Amino acid sequence: MGNKQTIFTDEQLDAYQDCTFFTRKEILRLHGRYHELAPHIVPMDYTNEPDCKVPLALIVNMPELKENPFRNRIVESFSEDGLGNLSFNEFVDMFSVLSEMAPRELKAIYAFKIYDFNVDNYLCKEDLEKTLNRLTKEDLTPEEVDLVCDKAIEEADLDGDNKLSFADFENMISRAPDFLR
Amino acid sequence: MDVDAVFYTDHSGKVTSNPLLDQLPSYQSLLYRRKSSNGGTKRRASSRSQLGSSGSMKLSTVNRQDERQKGQTLQRPIRELAKTINEKRTYKKQLDEACELSSWGQWRQNTRRCLRRMKDEARGFLNSLKLWRGDIHLIEGMFGPGILSYFSFLRFLVMLNLVIFLIMFSFVMLPIIIAPHASVNITYSQNNGNVCSVYTSSARRGLVVFHEHFTDLLSGGGFLEETYLFYGYYKVDKIYFPQVTYNLPLAYLLATVAYLFLSLIWIVKRSATGFKRNLIQDEDRFQSFCNKIFAGWDFCITDKNAARLKRSSLLYELKTDLEEERIKQKIAERTRKERCRIYLIRLILNLFVIGVLAGCFYSIYLATIYSQEAQMNDVKRNSHIDLIIEYLPSIVITLANFITPLLFSIIINYEDYSPAFEIRFTLMRCVFMRLTSIGVLLFSLWSQITKCKEGTCICGYNHLLYSCWETRVGQEMYKLTVFDLIIIAAVTLFVEFPRKMIVKYCDFGLVRWWGQQEFAIPQNVLEIVYGQTICWIGTFYCPMLPAICTIKYFFIFYIKKVSLIKNCRPATRPFRASSSHFFFLGVLLIGLALACLPVTVSVAQISSSQACGPFVNYSTSWEVLPYTVAQLPNGVQTILYALSSEVFAVSFFVVTCLAMFYVIALAGAHKRVINQLREQLATEGRDKRFLIQKLCQAQGIPAVKSPLSKSQPLSRNRSSPSYHTSFSSNFSEGVFLAHSPPHSSTHV
Repeated sequence: MGNKQTIFTDEQLDAYQDCTFFTRKEILRLHGRYHELAPHIVPMDYTNEPDCKVPLALIVNMPELKENPFRNRIVESFSEDGLGNLSFNEFVDMFSVLSEMAPRELKAIYAFKIYDFNVDNYLCKEDLEKTLNRLTKEDLTPEEVDLVCDKAIEEADLDGDNKLSFADFENMISRAPDFLR
Repeated sequence: MDVDAVFYTDHSGKVTSNPLLDQLPSYQSLLYRRKSSNGGTKRRASSRSQLGSSGSMKLSTVNRQDERQKGQTLQRPIRELAKTINEKRTYKKQLDEACELSSWGQWRQNTRRCLRRMKDEARGFLNSLKLWRGDIHLIEGMFGPGILSYFSFLRFLVMLNLVIFLIMFSFVMLPIIIAPHASVNITYSQNNGNVCSVYTSSARRGLVVFHEHFTDLLSGGGFLEETYLFYGYYKVDKIYFPQVTYNLPLAYLLATVAYLFLSLIWIVKRSATGFKRNLIQDEDRFQSFCNKIFAGWDFCITDKNAARLKRSSLLYELKTDLEEERIKQKIAERTRKERCRIYLIRLILNLFVIGVLAGCFYSIYLATIYSQEAQMNDVKRNSHIDLIIEYLPSIVITLANFITPLLFSIIINYEDYSPAFEIRFTLMRCVFMRLTSIGVLLFSLWSQITKCKEGTCICGYNHLLYSCWETRVGQEMYKLTVFDLIIIAAVTLFVEFPRKMIVKYCDFGLVRWWGQQEFAIPQNVLEIVYGQTICWIGTFYCPMLPAICTIKYFFIFYIKKVSLIKNCRPATRPFRASSSHFFFLGVLLIGLALACLPVTVSVAQISSSQACGPFVNYSTSWEVLPYTVAQLPNGVQTILYALSSEVFAVSFFVVTCLAMFYVIALAGAHKRVINQLREQLATEGRDKRFLIQKLCQAQGIPAVKSPLSKSQPLSRNRSSPSYHTSFSSNFSEGVFLAHSPPHSSTHV
C-alpha cells in the first residue's frame, strides 16, 4: 500500500475489514470523519483502543445524517448505552450497515430496531404513528394518520396480534421494492 | 434470586415448560440475531437486564451448538451477522480458537479471505471506471432515485449503441478497410448491365459551394452519400484472405441479426430482476402503505431542499393513495345508470383518440410522399426551403408527438379512471403514438419506393427514382436522428431557459401558474426510446448510425443534466424508481419489437437494389443465406434444412408452449401455497395466544398456594391477557411465579 499509517495496528485493521463492509482506506477515512466531529475527545492514535464516545448531539449534525428524520433513532440503535453516544466501533458499525454493500437481511434487522421507538421488539401502532409523523412532519390530519397506520398493519400483520413482530416486518420488507435505499 | 430456576430443562437439554412467549424457540432465534445486551429504557430496566443476563447465558449455550452447526453448514461471513463490532470480534476470536484447523485449512481460509478482499477492491475499481459516475451521484443526491433511473437508462443506451457499432464495424467495415492494405484479392458485386443496375447518385460533382456541404451534412445527401455512412457504398462481394474467404454480404446480414439479438438479450437480462419481483406478487399491493412508510425515505439525501422535497413527495403519495382508496369506494358504489353514462363517454373519447391518431398518421404519410416527390423533381428552389422539404416528415412527426400528449392528458380527465390508471393509460397512448409514427413513415416510404408508373415494377422497386433505395431509407433515418438531436437542444435552449428567466423575474399570476419546468420523466424516456428505435431500424441501411447515436446520447446527457440542474424543479408527482426500471425496459422492448418488424420485412420481402450495396447479386437480402448454405458440405446442409423446416418449427413451438404452461402452473401453485402458509401463520398466532391465555390462567391458580402470596392479586389481573402490552411484563411475573414451586402442577 502507500504510506504507513499509525492510527491502527494492522491487526485492528484486519479485524475491521472482516467485521464490516469497508476496505482499509474507507476505515481510515471514517476515522478521519470521526475525529473531525470531536477533535478534543477523539485521539488520533487508536492502537491501544481508547474508550471514548462522541455524544449524540455532535453525530446527528453530520451532513449525511442531518436531513434524515430518523437520525436520532439510528444513532440510538447502534449505541450500546441506548442514549446515542457512539464509540468508534459503533460508529463504523453504523455506517457499515447503512452502506450499500450490506445485505438486505442485515439492513432489515436494523431497520426494525430503528422504527421501534419504544424498544419493545414490536412495531405497534404508536411506533407507526411516530414514524409517519417524522416522515411527513405532521402534515397529515390525525384521521389520515390513523387510517394509514391501520392499513399498514392490516397489510403486514400475519399473526393477527395487531402489531408487527420482526417476522412480519422482515416478510414485508423482503418484498418491498424500494427498501435497499 | 436463582435465575436459572426459571429455565426447566428436561434431560434432552431443550428448554420446555415455561410457556411464556419470550422463551419460545422462535423468539430465542430472533434474539440470537440481535444484540443481546440491549440497553434498557426506564420501564424495562429490571426485567430487561434479567432477560439480558439469562438471555446471554442461554445464548452462549445456543451459541456453541449453533457454531458447530454453522461451521458445518455454511460459512456465513462474520460481517453479515447482526451484532455489535465488539461481539463480532469476540465471535471471530472464538471461531478462530474453536477451529483447530490444520495448516492446510488455515491456508485455505487465508486464501479465501484474500480473494474476498481482492474481489472487493476490484469491484470498487470497476465502479470508479463507470461512465459518468460522479455526475450521476450528484443528480441522485439532488433529485432522488426517480430521475437517477432516467440517467442510468441513458448511460445503458450509450453502452448498447457503442457495442452495436463495434459489431457492425468489426464485421462489416474493418475487412473492407484492411483489405487494400493486406494486398488480398477482392471481388466486387457484379454490375450485370441491365436497366436495374444504373446508379444515378445525387452526389455532387465538380465545384461545390461551401454551404452545400453544410446542407449535405444535415440531409445525408451530397458528399455523404457515397461514404461508409450508407449502405450503398458497400460494394464488396468477397475478400480472399490467405486462409479464409470473407463473404461480406453474409457478414452484413448476420451482423444485423446479431445486433438485434444482442440488444434483446441485454435488455431482458437487465430487466430480469425487476420482472421477477413483479411477477411474484401483486403490483398493487406494494405501491402501498408499508412500502411507503418503511422504505419511502431515501437515506442518501443530504441536501436540505432535497429533504423537503422528498417529504412533500411522500406526503403527496400518501394523500394520493388515500384518495385512491376513496375513489375505489366511490366506484364500487356507482349506480347502473352512472356506469352506462361513463362507459358511453369513454367510448366516445376513445373513438376521438383513434381519430386523432389516424389523422396524425395520415398527415405523416402525406408529408413523406410530398417530401419524396419534391426531392425527386429536382427543382432547386432556395436551399433553405429545400432543407425544410427534406425534413418535412421529421417536422410533422415531432409536431404530432408534441401535441398528442397534451391532448391525451386533457382527455383522460373526462374518462374518470383512478389516478394510477390514468397515468399508465396516458403513457401507453403516448408510447403507441411515438413508435407507430416511425412505422407509418417507413410504410409511406416503401409505398413510394415500390410504386411504379407501369403498375408492377420490373426490378421489384422503382429503379428510375430510387436506384439505390436502401441509401434513401438510410438517409431518412439519418435525418430523423439529426433532427431529434437538434430539437432536444433547441427546446432546452429556447423554451426551458427563457421559461426559467420569465418565472424568476416576472411575478404575475399567469406566470406563477405556469411555474418552473418539471422534469417529466415519462416524456423524456419516450424521447430517447424513440431515438433508439430509429437507430435499430436504421443500422441496416446506415451502418454508422449507432456511432452517431452514441455521440447523440452523449450530448443529450449533458444537455439534460444542465437543464435539470439549472431549470427544473423535481416533479410534484414522483415517479417511483422501482417500477420505473420495469417501465423503461418494457418500453424499450416494445421499441425493439417494433424495430425488428420493418427490418425483417425489408430483408426478406423487398428486392434489394441492383445498383448498389452488397446484395446486388441476390434478389432479396435474405437470399444470401440459403445461397451460402447450399455451398456448405452435405451433412451440415441437411442439419440446417432440418432446423428450418416446418416440422422442427412446429415441434419447437409446441415444446416452448408446454414449458411456458408448466412454469405458469408452477407459479400459480406457489402463490396458492404462499396464501395457505400465510393463513396458517395467522392461525398459529391465534393458537399461541389462546394457549398462553389458558396457561396464565392455570398458573394463576397454584399461585394461591405459593408463599409469595403478595403477588397473587397481581397475578390474577395479569393473567387476563391483554396482548397489547409487552410480554416482558408478563415475563417478570412469570419469573416470580415459577420460582417457588419447581414441580408444580403447571409444569407440563
